[in-house]
Amino acid sequence: MKFAVIVFPGSNCDDDMYYAIQEGLGEPVDKVWYTEESVADYDGIFLPGGFSYGDYLRSGAIARFAPVMASVVEQAEKGKPVLGVCNGFQVLLEAGLLPGAMQRNRSLKFICRPARLVVANHETGFTSKYEGEERITIPVAHGEGNYYCDDETLRDLQTNSQIVFTYEDNFNGSKEAIAGIVNKQGNVMGMMPHPERATDQILGSDDGLKIFQSILKQWRKSHVLTT
Amino acid sequence: MVNVQVYVTLKEGVLDPQGSTIENALQTMGYHEVASVQTGKYIELEIEEGNDLEARIEEMCEKLLSNPVIEDYTYTIGKGVS
Repeated sequence: MKFAVIVFPGSNCDDDMYYAIQEGLGEPVDKVWYTEESVADYDGIFLPGGFSYGDYLRSGAIARFAPVMASVVEQAEKGKPVLGVCNGFQVLLEAGLLPGAMQRNRSLKFICRPARLVVANHETGFTSKYEGEERITIPVAHGEGNYYCDDETLRDLQTNSQIVFTYEDNFNGSKEAIAGIVNKQGNVMGMMPHPERATDQILGSDDGLKIFQSILKQWRKSHVLTT
Repeated sequence: MVNVQVYVTLKEGVLDPQGSTIENALQTMGYHEVASVQTGKYIELEIEEGNDLEARIEEMCEKLLSNPVIEDYTYTIGKGVS
């Protein structure tokens, strides 16, 4: 399975993401610069964390119009797995690939620490390696991770089991303690915690590795079925 | 050229943690008359005049300058710089 890690000006978790895929998962991966026109050759597309375009205007607001994004949206609509982490999640929200928006943390502070998460849905293509309601530890590092959506959107998310991760302790003020969501089709996921920083015990936790493994498992399953 | 002032504010019902913090600070400073503080953004544009000026501004506001999920916008058009 061939992965693309999109690099925007201001991305700073692209190396970690690249390392997690190459070393943690053991699959081929390329960094793809934001000016590229196509990501059609890739089987999985990852948007890493960082501060794309300096977080100017709103986090992710300018990155979503980067040249590469038209192809990311196209591939997402074709059903390829797309994962946005932290700033990558914010870009997916701004691009309209996921519902809702991010606000400043309730405390107005940048929060950087390991976070306890609940796997709220382990039946997605991103979480099938986890147990239901499994408790995991994955680091967060964000100033704007306070997830907001209106009540109607929240009902939709709940009805369709689109809430994938929640915080055990809702330290940033997110609606319903939401830490990660998936789109209705199940192939686009955004999450604020950084699974790529939790892929090896030497980093303090390898709880994030199962996300990468789940994506690969899902891909192999559909690949075997279609060939 | 026309000068366009765009104001972006949070939609009603969306929490404004910066606003609440400023409100608390003003209260602490003794400005007890302050009942509420809302923060927002001010963006000034200089635009070449054209037929569909307002439609173009609204498009800019909806696509980029504001996030319709959490924000509202208003704008005023003034003949500023020549």
